[in-house]
Amino acid sequence: MKEETCTVLENKKIAKNTHLMKLSQNEENFPRPGMFFDIALPGHFLRRPFSLADHDASSFSFVYKAIGHGTEEMTKLEEGTKLDILLGLGNGFDLTKSGDTPLLVGGGSGIGVMHCLAKAFIKEKKHPLVALGFNTKEEVFFEKEFEELGIKPLIYTVDGSYGEKGFPTQSLKEPHSYLYSCGPEPLLKALAEDQGKGEFSLERRMGCGYGCCMGCTIVTKNGPRRVCKEGPVFEKEDLVW
Amino acid sequence: MVKTEVTLCGEKLDNPIIASSGTFNYGYEMNDLYDINILGSFSCKGTTLEPRNGNPTPRIAEVKDGLINSIGLQNPGIKAVIEEEFPKLRKIYHKKIFANCCGNTPEEFAEVASYMDKEDVVGFLEINISCPNVNGGTSCSSDPSLAYEVTKLVKARTHKPVFIKLSPNVTDIVSIALACERAGADGVSLINCVQGMRIDLKTRKPIIARKKGGMSGPAIFPIALRMVYDVAHAVHIPVIGIGGISTPEDVLEMMMAGASAVEVGAMNLVDPYICKKLVEGLPAAMEKYGIEDINSIVGVA
Repeated sequence: MKEETCTVLENKKIAKNTHLMKLSQNEENFPRPGMFFDIALPGHFLRRPFSLADHDASSFSFVYKAIGHGTEEMTKLEEGTKLDILLGLGNGFDLTKSGDTPLLVGGGSGIGVMHCLAKAFIKEKKHPLVALGFNTKEEVFFEKEFEELGIKPLIYTVDGSYGEKGFPTQSLKEPHSYLYSCGPEPLLKALAEDQGKGEFSLERRMGCGYGCCMGCTIVTKNGPRRVCKEGPVFEKEDLVW
Repeated sequence: MVKTEVTLCGEKLDNPIIASSGTFNYGYEMNDLYDINILGSFSCKGTTLEPRNGNPTPRIAEVKDGLINSIGLQNPGIKAVIEEEFPKLRKIYHKKIFANCCGNTPEEFAEVASYMDKEDVVGFLEINISCPNVNGGTSCSSDPSLAYEVTKLVKARTHKPVFIKLSPNVTDIVSIALACERAGADGVSLINCVQGMRIDLKTRKPIIARKKGGMSGPAIFPIALRMVYDVAHAVHIPVIGIGGISTPEDVLEMMMAGASAVEVGAMNLVDPYICKKLVEGLPAAMEKYGIEDINSIVGVA
């Protein structure tokens, strides 16, 4: 963990209710995809945790939904705004377990997290299968970003207005060696039915984001675990639904 | 050079800054960020006889200048703390901690205290009769006779100084503090969280899974200050001031109200370096207000 003053480089709406923010960093703070950071928002007591969607040595970006008073205010932050951020939090995904044909399933802002992971696989010359779930066409984002990685994502919408009608769980029928996912809890719960092994990134309301308050604890098959410290990525087999 | 050293029950602390229980875990993880030996001390995560998984989530809700928590004393239990947590702590920490002890019954408090009594890293016991997030957690803290009983039982099982941590969720905190003093408490620490609640306008339900929780953070500082003032003027044992401290000036104010030392809680959750900043910033604040010896301001208000 490192505290840094980061500058907002970009902050734009990319789909219905969905925003992307790009921030500066002085050096690489995220050795693994799935790691997160904790933003101090002026006027709010608690920090706001988000997972990476993309990063390089001098910047990182993330996808967020404007769903509360904190995130709604974030949409108004202008380029050049300085933010106090704790970087390099959490464990991140383990790419070594993937096998040859990993399946990456994303829903909601978790799609950003899957993009970061897909990019890391491409860098390792592995070609993952990607499935993304949205409610409706207006919410679809990052199709182009995946295509730029050379990946044609399977897109599902609940109302069938774009891609295939249904849920990204339908992608489980595709042969895969390992399952990675980040998204809403009902999606993860449904994906947990898959026979094979996998890793899921979880989301919880956090107090601190660095293990002090026990605010984000889940009870796993191995006992209580802090989503911020032992997670946010957990082995699928350890989770209790 | 100003003097920041304080003495609590014969034990010297380099400064009056103590990280509060439940915001510093068992300490060693925070040592990755800075050398925690610069602190006066810290109070470990509230520890019970048996392991506790804590409450369902959400356990956290934000408020103006603070938060509400409903952790429910998640901890690995006294045996694991002694066998696994304290050995890790001893590797990096050469001072004494406050062992925060919790229980469901007066006997359980005493049992946990008797384990902590044998640990060399423990300098003080802090008996948490005031956790608002467990069943019956506040009953010991709101009934003077129960507070008296817990204190008596704990004192009989330890030779270390015993601080009783008091709840603000009572009609008359002074009467509880006096009962603890009569039972032989070596000090009191106050306040624990103020009971509070938030409702999500979209779901129309409380944000916290258990509906209510304990509020802390700078928002409660004036409430804590008033209670410390009242208690410190009534008892003849040391008082540790807790509640919303976020600046060196708050430390001075709390000590002027009558605190012999202070604990810093909620701010650890948003600024992991806050205790370091307070320790390093205290001398300059003292100089600014013409304070040579921190002990000279205790209770001057």
